[in-house]
Amino acid sequence: MSEFALETRNQLVGLFGIVERNMYLTKRYFLWDLAFMVWTIANTLTIVFIARAVPDATPAQINTYETVFLVGATIWAFLGIIFEFMTETVAWERWEGTIEYTFMAPLSRFVHLFGQGAFAVLYGLIRATILFFVVAAFLGIHAPDANYGAALALLALASISFIGIGIMTSVLPLISPEKGAQLGFVCQGVMLVVSGVYYSVSVMPEWMQWIAKISPATYALRGCRASIIDGAGLQWANVWPLLIIAVLATPIGLAIFRVGERHAKKHGKLKRAG
Amino acid sequence: MSTLAPSTIDLASRLDRQAPAVEVRDLRKTFRRRDRKAGRFARKRPWPALDDVTFTIPRGECVTILGQNGSGKSTLVRLLSTLLLSDGGEARVFGHDVDREASTIRRLVNRVSVEASFFKKMSASENLSYAARFYGMTPRQTRTAVPEILSRVGFPPDRRNEAMENLSRGMQQKVALARALLTSPVLLLLDEPTTGLDPRSKLEVQEFIRQVRREHDATILLCTHDMAEAEALSDRVGILDRGRLLFLEPVEDVKRRFGVATLEEAFFAATGREFEAEENDDDEYREVFA
Repeated sequence: MSEFALETRNQLVGLFGIVERNMYLTKRYFLWDLAFMVWTIANTLTIVFIARAVPDATPAQINTYETVFLVGATIWAFLGIIFEFMTETVAWERWEGTIEYTFMAPLSRFVHLFGQGAFAVLYGLIRATILFFVVAAFLGIHAPDANYGAALALLALASISFIGIGIMTSVLPLISPEKGAQLGFVCQGVMLVVSGVYYSVSVMPEWMQWIAKISPATYALRGCRASIIDGAGLQWANVWPLLIIAVLATPIGLAIFRVGERHAKKHGKLKRAG
Repeated sequence: MSTLAPSTIDLASRLDRQAPAVEVRDLRKTFRRRDRKAGRFARKRPWPALDDVTFTIPRGECVTILGQNGSGKSTLVRLLSTLLLSDGGEARVFGHDVDREASTIRRLVNRVSVEASFFKKMSASENLSYAARFYGMTPRQTRTAVPEILSRVGFPPDRRNEAMENLSRGMQQKVALARALLTSPVLLLLDEPTTGLDPRSKLEVQEFIRQVRREHDATILLCTHDMAEAEALSDRVGILDRGRLLFLEPVEDVKRRFGVATLEEAFFAATGREFEAEENDDDEYREVFA
């Protein structure tokens, strides 16, 4: 086997290892996951119920508002999972004490982080799907024209950008072991605020609308709402910005991570927390 | 069928036979730390963890570095594991520079540290399989290799699928040894592998290290503050004191050099301090989280 083929094979086995490890952990923390799922459903219900409090709204309008809120809450939950997995890539390993073994292993950082992101997308999609349909069933939301295939395809495309941005935030706990994870959540919050999670981007101040243009969540939310409420297919207006952000975000994220890893190695921060 | 990780087989066969296993020249590493007595807002000051350390370990040798906590032992191991960047000098593993050729070195080196670090909710088998994937071992390979290596370290078969958090420290350390050996490293870095173990577990781990030396073509760098362990396991012993390597010689030469009967006495003669009179514990740790 040529050196390149051997290396590629080893990296693919390593990628499988990252996904496999997360499956083991999900299995072991199943009850915790179940509790978290119930909490997310309850939290989403508190948001979607707001639609019923809109005065003088017709049942059809309430149904539309509920769907708008539900899509926002579902994508918030999906994005939250990706950011949590990515931001805590380092924090978890530091807490478990395995960080030194993972970072001294012959696994490329791209494969390591991409494997973590790939599992997060898979896991996040499962949770988001359960969340959407449980809440929709609970409230009796009707989406007769929904094009779920287009919504899922757009979410999958947006996931590449989310992983890239997640890689950027995953470096934060490496640089600041105590505050890094919290900073990652700040990034997630800011991204959703500017992306129109429960409202149209147009209601925000103009400077925030400019930031919204570079957030992949803006296009994911807009496209998913159009697909679920109006039955729209994949719209190029949402696809091309996501393609550009996807192409840019991952290499930029990896470059930032490399600088952070070098900083951590220079200052002795690549070590366990106890 | 070999249980070696395929990448390791390939690299090990292509190693430069002439190059020493480890070659360290004028290696320096300085951290910055805050003087605790000077208060929270005091300026950080440089603290040399390794100060112009030079030594060579030929292939197949077992060398022990003795030193108190905070003497720089773990810094040395972490530099050789590619987890730290040096501030000066150079370190080579089988001729490869640890800073510039980290990815090559990672296939050759593995380590066992004082803390057996694992995913606590995962079992011994799951943790070992996960670690082996990084070295290119497929599920098919680990299905046979993991039980085999666990039985070699004397790990009870009926506890392979039990969560790590339910195992004793001695058991966990055996799994840590198994993890390091599963990837068949040609350089094994042991950073206080028996610290905190009960006497029986300590002897078992030491016997296993001897067995590894006998059966594998592995070079071993052992860092410890256990004098008896150093004497029992190593070809040469060095003392690292406040970041400076005072010497690296066979045990008998050390004793002869200072005209003493034990390594403890040699330590006192070399440093002017009792071995037990340790300085600040875990200086590096405080540095990191200061």
